[in-house]
Amino acid sequence: MSGLAGTPDVHAPIRSEGLRGLLRDRPIIPLVGLLILLVGAIWLVKPASVTPSWAGVIIRQAIPLSILAACQTITFLTGGIDLSVGAVASMTGFFVATLVGHLGLGPSLAIALSAAALAGLITGIGVGVFRVHPLIMTLGMSLIVLGLSNVWQLIMVQTGAGVPKELRWVGSGSIADIIPASLLVWTPIMVLLLLMLRRTGYGRLLYAIGDNPVASRLAGARSWQVLVVLYVISALLAGIAGFLWAGLTNVANVNLVDSSVLPSVAAAVIGGTSIMGGRGGIGGTIVGALILTVLSSLLTVLGFPEAVRQIFFGAIIVAVAAAYTRVTAES
Amino acid sequence: MTAAPAVAVARESAIVTTLRRNTWLVGLLGLLSALLVFTKLINPGYDLTGVQNLGISILPLALATVAQAIVVISGGIDLSLGSIMALTSVVAAAQMKGQSEEFAIVVVLGVMLLGIVIGAVNGGLAVFTRVPDIVVTLAMSFVWAGFALLVLQRPGGASAQWLKDLLSGSLFSDWIPRAAVVLIVVVAVVWIPVSRSRLGLSIYAIGSNRLAAFRSGVAVGRTRISAYILAGLFAALGGISLTATTGIGTPVPGPYTLNSVAAVVLGGVSLAGGRGGIFGPLVAVIILQLIRTDMTFMNMNTNLATVVQGVILIGVVMIGSVLEIRRTRP
Repeated sequence: MSGLAGTPDVHAPIRSEGLRGLLRDRPIIPLVGLLILLVGAIWLVKPASVTPSWAGVIIRQAIPLSILAACQTITFLTGGIDLSVGAVASMTGFFVATLVGHLGLGPSLAIALSAAALAGLITGIGVGVFRVHPLIMTLGMSLIVLGLSNVWQLIMVQTGAGVPKELRWVGSGSIADIIPASLLVWTPIMVLLLLMLRRTGYGRLLYAIGDNPVASRLAGARSWQVLVVLYVISALLAGIAGFLWAGLTNVANVNLVDSSVLPSVAAAVIGGTSIMGGRGGIGGTIVGALILTVLSSLLTVLGFPEAVRQIFFGAIIVAVAAAYTRVTAES
Repeated sequence: MTAAPAVAVARESAIVTTLRRNTWLVGLLGLLSALLVFTKLINPGYDLTGVQNLGISILPLALATVAQAIVVISGGIDLSLGSIMALTSVVAAAQMKGQSEEFAIVVVLGVMLLGIVIGAVNGGLAVFTRVPDIVVTLAMSFVWAGFALLVLQRPGGASAQWLKDLLSGSLFSDWIPRAAVVLIVVVAVVWIPVSRSRLGLSIYAIGSNRLAAFRSGVAVGRTRISAYILAGLFAALGGISLTATTGIGTPVPGPYTLNSVAAVVLGGVSLAGGRGGIFGPLVAVIILQLIRTDMTFMNMNTNLATVVQGVILIGVVMIGSVLEIRRTRP
């Protein structure tokens, strides 16, 4: 169960000391502490704002972000990155909004997800077979997807677009007036991803390829197949996040999710997944997405403009990545 | 790649050797001539004004590409170039607005210094935090873009007249755009001395084998920071050229980061570092710009132009990496 020799056993018992060891082996514990600190800070600044409905708003925003961050997490594990998630997610939301009037909800969801899967397949072939650097491949793919979405927008401009009410409910509605409805979509996805990474051979292959590509090839792993499947999964996840985003904002726009690409990278980095591959997991990423959403809310409460938010996010990524690099390099 | 075939190459004649070493460059120049002929065919009116516009329109991307090439040769990558250009452009535009022509000289020098500082911050962070260059520069791209938004919330500012005149029109002959002369002079003044010096050799050395370079006594950290500083300087010049050609400063980063990566790879610089030069990427910039011009002539949808741009980017890198795989596994 513990995987191949040389594969990092991410579930090994803790055998280290102090905060440094904690950050290395169980990053989720200090991260939850940081999250509580941030909520406490908001409560100090504006006690009236921390309410159950505020928590609902935070969770509804964090859910699509954490799904995009999951795309980054699984691609980071292999030493890759997926910067096309913004374009793919915007595309699926826009597709559904424009198609639902003609085809009904089911078929339009299916068409949107197939388009996402096709984009993921091409990305996967580029990365896995042609060994294009994932960063370049996904940036190029996001240009292609964005351009084609724009062409589609020109074709569909006469028919008008509207986010279907079912998606609006899933994205922004709630069950029994308190539980965000998007948890219905989010929970099964995260459970599946968690099981995939921890309990399946495919999940272990992701860690293996990221940790040592040569060793995993010699051990018989066909990395190109793993990578093609990986980028298809990532694109499908981004597609689902796009539905939730469209439902949350009630906007159909080909640029809707673009501004969430860097935050999704940031959430995965903060969550303790190494961009060099082989180390990390979904749990930390979810907390990372919550931290970023709460931080964003704190900066809004303090009255900072968008520009300052960007500077903060960038600085946090460098700082957190530096902290992780420091503690893991000395182990 | 360099050690084993060197013996065989030594037996061949000098011309064959030169051609063989520069296969990629010869191919690029061939592609460029074919494109020029094609442009003339689809648009018989393409002449003096076309060449002059080409000179002006390639300038920002050409400077960004020189910056990217230096960092990539040193084994890094700079994803914050577009943001640095936006920041330096708005700073230049905001400071020059309503000021005298003489003061603009101070502004230009100040903005070049700003580029050097920004490059030093990028390089310093990459070296001292030991975080991969990609992560550092991607994160910093948001920091610099954020600062650009703080300087100017919307496009504005102005450019000094002499700066605009410096780049428009032509010099000596109608066929030599002033912007191209400026580009060549700037690159010659900054890069040629560096590339002939110890620093230039060190940049190539740390790009091709960092450990070997370290063991031969190259100060790896200092050289990496120097590469980023040079990139910051060229990005700042790119930002100034944006202000000069548009007359204003725009706080939103243009597509220069991505396009510079595409031009660098198309220009024969290996993303793995240590191989390539500045001339190839500059030819690649002209090729990329000509393709865009031709698509406009053919009345192509601008959105399809974005798609074509993505396809070219991926295609070029794909060809590059396939060649790389062949080279390493003969």
